[in-house]
Amino acid sequence: MSTPTSTELPLPALRTGTESVPAAEGPQTAKEFTSDQEVRWCPGCGDYAVLKAVQSFLPDLGLRRENIVFVSGIGCSSRFPYYLDTYGMHSIHGRAPSIATGIATAREDLSVWVVTGDGDALSIGGNHLIHALRRNVNMTILLFNNRIYGLTKGQYSPTSEVGKVTKSTPVGSLDHPFNPVSLALGAEASFVARTIDSDRKHLTAVLAAAAAHRGTSFVEIYQNCPIFNDGAFDAIKDRDTKEHAIIPLEHGKPITFGVRDEETGLGDKALARAGGGVEVVETAAVPTEQLLVHDAHNPDPSTAFAISRLTDAGYLHRSPIGIFRQVERPTYDDLARAQVADAKAKAAQSGGTDADRLTKLLNAGDTWNVG
Amino acid sequence: MSQTKQVKQLDRVIIRFAGDSGDGMQLTGDRFTQESAVFGNDLVTLPNFPAEIRAPQGTLPGVSSFQVHFADHDILTAGDRPDVLVAMNPAALKANVGDLPKGAAIIVDTHDFTKRNLDKAGYDTNPLDLLGDANDPLGDFQVHPVDLTGMTVEAVKEYGLSRKDAARAKNMFALGLLSWMYGRPTEPTTAFLENKFKKAPAILGANLTAFKAGWNFGETTETFVVRYEIKPAKLPEGTYRNITGNLALSYGLIAAGVRSGLPVFLGSYPITPASDILHELSKHKAFGVTTLQAEDEIAGIGAAIGASFAGSLGVTTTSGPGIALKSEAIGLAVMTELPLLVIDVQRGGPSTGLPTKTEQADLMQAMYGRNGEAPVPIVAPQSPGDCFSAAVEAARIAITYRTPVMLLSDGYLANGSEPWQVPSIDDLPVIDPDFATALNHASPKAAEGEPDEFWPYLRDQETLARPWAIPGTPGLEHRIGGLEKGEGHGNISYDPANHDLMVRTRQAKIEAIAKSLPPLEVDDPSGEAKVLVIGWGSTYGPIGAACRRVRRAGYHVAQTHLRHLNPFPADLGDVLKRYDKVLVPEMNLGQLSRLLRAEFLVDAIGYNHVRGLPLKAAELAEAVGQLVGEAEGTEVDLGEHGLNPPSDHEEAPSR
Repeated sequence: MSTPTSTELPLPALRTGTESVPAAEGPQTAKEFTSDQEVRWCPGCGDYAVLKAVQSFLPDLGLRRENIVFVSGIGCSSRFPYYLDTYGMHSIHGRAPSIATGIATAREDLSVWVVTGDGDALSIGGNHLIHALRRNVNMTILLFNNRIYGLTKGQYSPTSEVGKVTKSTPVGSLDHPFNPVSLALGAEASFVARTIDSDRKHLTAVLAAAAAHRGTSFVEIYQNCPIFNDGAFDAIKDRDTKEHAIIPLEHGKPITFGVRDEETGLGDKALARAGGGVEVVETAAVPTEQLLVHDAHNPDPSTAFAISRLTDAGYLHRSPIGIFRQVERPTYDDLARAQVADAKAKAAQSGGTDADRLTKLLNAGDTWNVG
Repeated sequence: MSQTKQVKQLDRVIIRFAGDSGDGMQLTGDRFTQESAVFGNDLVTLPNFPAEIRAPQGTLPGVSSFQVHFADHDILTAGDRPDVLVAMNPAALKANVGDLPKGAAIIVDTHDFTKRNLDKAGYDTNPLDLLGDANDPLGDFQVHPVDLTGMTVEAVKEYGLSRKDAARAKNMFALGLLSWMYGRPTEPTTAFLENKFKKAPAILGANLTAFKAGWNFGETTETFVVRYEIKPAKLPEGTYRNITGNLALSYGLIAAGVRSGLPVFLGSYPITPASDILHELSKHKAFGVTTLQAEDEIAGIGAAIGASFAGSLGVTTTSGPGIALKSEAIGLAVMTELPLLVIDVQRGGPSTGLPTKTEQADLMQAMYGRNGEAPVPIVAPQSPGDCFSAAVEAARIAITYRTPVMLLSDGYLANGSEPWQVPSIDDLPVIDPDFATALNHASPKAAEGEPDEFWPYLRDQETLARPWAIPGTPGLEHRIGGLEKGEGHGNISYDPANHDLMVRTRQAKIEAIAKSLPPLEVDDPSGEAKVLVIGWGSTYGPIGAACRRVRRAGYHVAQTHLRHLNPFPADLGDVLKRYDKVLVPEMNLGQLSRLLRAEFLVDAIGYNHVRGLPLKAAELAEAVGQLVGEAEGTEVDLGEHGLNPPSDHEEAPSR
């Protein structure tokens, strides 16, 4: 019986997320990326804003349209691929990351995107999500989190707050919710970010960073469902409250929020280390050098995880927004292709076609001739 | 003390090696098989082992066995009843003695017949102490008690191994003894051991020495006075090798990749008895094969579907429980009409069932185990070597018709082996992926009717297959998915008439495959048979052997075997109508027979065993004989060709 051994894998040079995808020949427009299908989300749905943002972002990405693939599962957000004039697959509930893994591993020259929701990714498809993240397959996962089941008409989701009264929980839900960013960091995802449907500028910047990252980029998008969970993100969207509710993350800068000081640019609240985690402090109450400076490139995800815990598990009053983590590590698909390429190169040295080598393989071992 | 040994000619022998699951019985049987294959006998093997990796030592559930049937003529099964049992401990004797015919030989390692091990096996008294007594429980057999372990330890002591390690070579001692007894060539085993233990010289030395010591023991001892000779079989001309079903299936998948020019992409989750295909394919990256060990069964097929969408030959391998988990994804592949191979190496069910035992009870699951009208072509190999061409055929259908195809192997085919005539690659079909590269539909605003759109569901008129346009093809960007498609354009459609049309079209596409199938081969040597025996999958061997027995006894019977279970061959209905009675032997409770009844309104009679083991040819022959008697209105007595000894002769009657 053989004992598993670890082998030195050929390590491809780390590259950007899209560099193996052929570039477009000329400028593109949002219209080119818009399919002829009628968009059928409810009026006021946050998905419209994300769709618009993606349609206008894709031309900036500068890739050939035929080399872009959007894959989705089931749920309101999963209709997304129908509205983009790229290649696409609207698959089955929760399985989009596994299908995208096959596409991304089979083809280096494709830019692969997964569109999913909180139910699709975190409930029925939770297993595929965490394994895609640990493998670090080169693709971008957009998780539209509206904290409710929309397409099945209003049951609580794995991100709904405890006690949520819905059709399936008339006296309140009992499940403790997932924090998607914490979950992704726990799975050691190499790129983890959170953004908001209504903030086109931030959303677009995060999409650009996610696409540029080689590996699985995980982007949680807070998305309002006006029908079944309206106002779930009001605190971070409302003009009056958002500066106190959004904790903006910017690599290399102290993490502060609240009322900005004109001179220093710092908010009146800040994050500082406390014990094993982080806490919110009054900026004025601590020396500037003790303010937590965001380091998205830290190989250890512990601090990013601690920051992710500042999101309310119940009704959302406050949440860190931005890129939590962006580290480089080899991607599964690059390594898998390298193993195949390596074996092919070695075989090529001995000459002959695949058919010749197959003949040799079939005739290997103990053979005998009759006649 | 050397002595003259008598040499006796035999036309076939069935040997069963049995021991504790840690005793190396599978290896011993496998080596004996390779020696017999190289010698040129026809052979069929039946490995039988517990699901536990190391079941409690010395117990009945821990017994592992390997049966090999080899002959100087072409044979079809591993044999019903062993002529020789090699039993390495009391449990192995107890578990297997019931399968032996009167007069069988038992070579038993006496070393482990201790009070403790006898207790574990459930023996009140040591049966070896009663040999020759009036109440000898083994009185019907020729028993050869030999201290195999003791002699092995003695023979290998120069290598300075621990007693435990030294004793581990006892299987090679047994192999050496049996190799002497049946005149097997020793070179293949010597070469095998040299390669296997090249990094462990002491272990290598001990194994080689034990192997030779076993041979020499046969040569010198008075215990064994007869050697046997089984001449090579007269097989059709060609190059042969011994091959198991899982290996042949793996090679078939590689061949399908080579002949289609598509990279093979396997998404799989380990499961008995299918894992060997994953192991094997992972070694062949040089053919452009990618293997992904997924996080679960669903992800395995999901990745394969993704790879197919991207232009690979997507494959997923599993057993029955895995198919249950993959069902929804198979439905997605039906709806998206993507090529995909779904390989089910069937095992005993339901639920976890009998993981290491064989069964063919997943036919209905393959046929109907999905929501909605979701037809899937089904292909089944009939022998271990046939798994190769069955895999190529499944790929041909999947790629040509843009559909998932179910390939139903089983545990017996997977682990059993037979001599396989190595095919020429040039003789295999060329499979054309025929990727779409151009627009295919003219919209009303198109200039002069020139195509200006790509319709992903615009079908080939003959095959009804849709175009396969892979990402990276400019101008053919399109979206597919699990929602119902509008005919032609492929956009989402909830239109009632369209749904009815699409359901019927998907069904018609699968039915159209029948046009590409050759006529059914019916083996009816006399042309006078009134009874047809029809089967599918691994029952081919036992059914063929049973029919030969019936014919040797002087009766008429016809046999046919289905490679394609969905769609059925176009002439199957006509074939069935030609016979008065139709018998359908299956290792299930009557799944093919039910399909035949439903499809052709024929009174298909079931012959069903679900024991986790292949059907026994002699028992089946009796059932066939009885039906022949009913059909012909005569009394049928198969005599020695049925259950009466000497049994297990499978040679076809001379014509």
